Amino acid sequence: MGIENHLQGDTFLVTNLEKVVNWSRSNSVWPCTFGLACCALEMIATTLADYDISRFGSEVFRPSPRQSDLLIVAGTLTKKMSVMVKRIYDQMADPKWVIAMGACASCGGVFQSYSVVQGVDQILPVDVYIPGCPPRPEALLAGLMKIQEKIRTEKLDKYPDFQG
Amino acid sequence: MAEGKTMTLNMGPHHPATHGVLRIVLELDGETIVSAEPRIGYLHRGIEKIAESRNYQQVIPLTDRLDYASASANNMGYCVTVEKLMGIEVPKRAQYLRVIMAELSRIMGHHLFLGTHALDIGAMSVVFYAFRDREMIMGINEEISGYRLTPTFFRIGGVAHDTTPAFIQKVRDFVKWFPKGLAGYHTLLTENKIWTTRTMNIGTVSAKDAVNYGFTGPSLRGSGVAYDVRKAHPYSSYDDFDFQIPVGEKGDVYDRYLVRMEEFSQSLKIIDQAIENLPEGPVMVDNPWVSNPALGAVQKDISALIRRFMIQTKGPVAPDQEVYQSVEGAKGELGFYLVGDGSEHPYRLKIRSPSFYLAGALSRLLVGHMMADAVAIIGSIDVVLGEIDR
Amino acid sequence: MSYKNIIQNIQNKFPEAVIKEGQNNGQQEITLALSEFVEAMRILHDNSDLPFDLLLDILSIDRTSRKPRFDLVYILMSTQDFSRLIVRLEAGEGEEVPSVSSIWHSADWAEREVYDLMGITFSGHPDLKRILTWKNFEGHPLCKDFPLEGKDFDKPFDPETIEDYP
Repeated sequence: MGIENHLQGDTFLVTNLEKVVNWSRSNSVWPCTFGLACCALEMIATTLADYDISRFGSEVFRPSPRQSDLLIVAGTLTKKMSVMVKRIYDQMADPKWVIAMGACASCGGVFQSYSVVQGVDQILPVDVYIPGCPPRPEALLAGLMKIQEKIRTEKLDKYPDFQG
Repeated sequence: MAEGKTMTLNMGPHHPATHGVLRIVLELDGETIVSAEPRIGYLHRGIEKIAESRNYQQVIPLTDRLDYASASANNMGYCVTVEKLMGIEVPKRAQYLRVIMAELSRIMGHHLFLGTHALDIGAMSVVFYAFRDREMIMGINEEISGYRLTPTFFRIGGVAHDTTPAFIQKVRDFVKWFPKGLAGYHTLLTENKIWTTRTMNIGTVSAKDAVNYGFTGPSLRGSGVAYDVRKAHPYSSYDDFDFQIPVGEKGDVYDRYLVRMEEFSQSLKIIDQAIENLPEGPVMVDNPWVSNPALGAVQKDISALIRRFMIQTKGPVAPDQEVYQSVEGAKGELGFYLVGDGSEHPYRLKIRSPSFYLAGALSRLLVGHMMADAVAIIGSIDVVLGEIDR
Repeated sequence: MSYKNIIQNIQNKFPEAVIKEGQNNGQQEITLALSEFVEAMRILHDNSDLPFDLLLDILSIDRTSRKPRFDLVYILMSTQDFSRLIVRLEAGEGEEVPSVSSIWHSADWAEREVYDLMGITFSGHPDLKRILTWKNFEGHPLCKDFPLEGKDFDKPFDPETIEDYP
């Protein structure tokens, strides 16, 4: 089933560094364990047996932001919490991506009030927005696949510390 | 550590074992907790304030997002309160359907408790089995309402629509299957030596203290007080059903776990009785202010059209009165204090959330315990932050 | 009727403590005076007839145009027969209400919430500070004169402006 069946003997493949790096990055996106509200339960459901996020190489949820590549903002972001979210995002190492999961994280949702940040994009750059309140696990997986697509088109010299 | 030297440790709000965004500032002497100060408000969304600018019907989806682990129980609390304020009597079939949904959501809430509590203490596999059965209930929710987690199936005066044959079948399948699943949880945990060592005699709360802290629900019953709103102040036909209230003895983490495990089977018993004895009849009260006219009538009759339009845009009007009504949520007594002012908006809606008082007691519960036991105690009182912060 | 005994008991000791008592929507309710409030609440908690030992909730209602402006509602329950009692207290703007957190531990956070969201201060509370909102939050959101969306709703939000307790 794999490529090894077609390659017999001492065969080699030609590709470029960018493609190899992007291919490996896109298939091992480690999310940060970061549930805020209701959407966190659908995020948990996505990781468990029925939906099995490990098919996409993202089952390694890391509690530490230092070890994670993807911040899934799952739930309502309040103004009081925004300080922590910004700090966690700043602690993550490059390259990093952000998913705004659900209506609250995308635009404030039904909570148009004095204490809710109207969308996480006011404080962080967001790569993918997932609609729904809360979104189904399939929607989260679709969002993850969008992130993978985006990673595969990235340029390596985008990051300032790239030594090429 | 030298005398008088303690370390301050900040736990949360971004911590996997605080079940959301609870933050606790701990003062440690070595590994022993000297003082603990829970901080909340990281999920304060202002639901009570938003409710004041919404119609009575528009508040129902907001209540789903209080205790999002068991959404239908919150719908039940709010709808029962509004109906008490407006003097609406719900048809029997709708009451039974509500009971089925509320008890299913209680099982969902306890599944989350079981899975995450075991995960915190170190028993990893339980969460997979708990969520396997939780997915079945989510399937039932989806069948009846289209939503997996937050069904919003309740309406003022009844429920959104009647059942489908697939719903009945799915509930029956779940009732048939779940005792096996429950036996599996017991095999994994109840007599597990590591589990009992980690939970017995940890976080003991006496009955007197539990009452003084404002505990309700399984946490209060774990300490030996047999208070259950479903029995003490029955609502929505709960007095039709035969069920027991499990009560603990010592009030430690293990007792609270056992009480919830027994509640699984009691809830299942209620669902079984309700689905088998589901009465015939309408699922919505016949009241000109809350029940939509039939779609056929709307297309032919101008007054029916106007009535439908008024119900959708304005909704029912509450009298200038105050009412307190509570239901048994998954975490304890979930009360709604509703003040009407003769208009279509609530003048004031106060939500008495059980988790708020459970979390408030953490400053007393954690003191004197080891750091590693803190996660066991936080897990055992089973708080949900959406409900604490509202 | 033990509930009547308690009311009688309070009235004997503090003749002016009970302003009104009766039924409201099928719920026992008494209105207490601010002057001897804590003493009356202590009798409700400590009496042997029907001790109201579980404080379910404290809430406040903002009656903007009325004087005194606020209603405080204490929902009590007895674990003896699970009957509930609603205690009402009227408080004017800027008036200090005595804290009952020494009687019920659950009143601790409940009073902090009332202070945070409605601005009613409690005298004798061990640690009265904001609980749901943050340290430099201006105003009390559940007051009727507070806009739902707060101030600067339509401007971009900056987390640097939020200051919280350490």
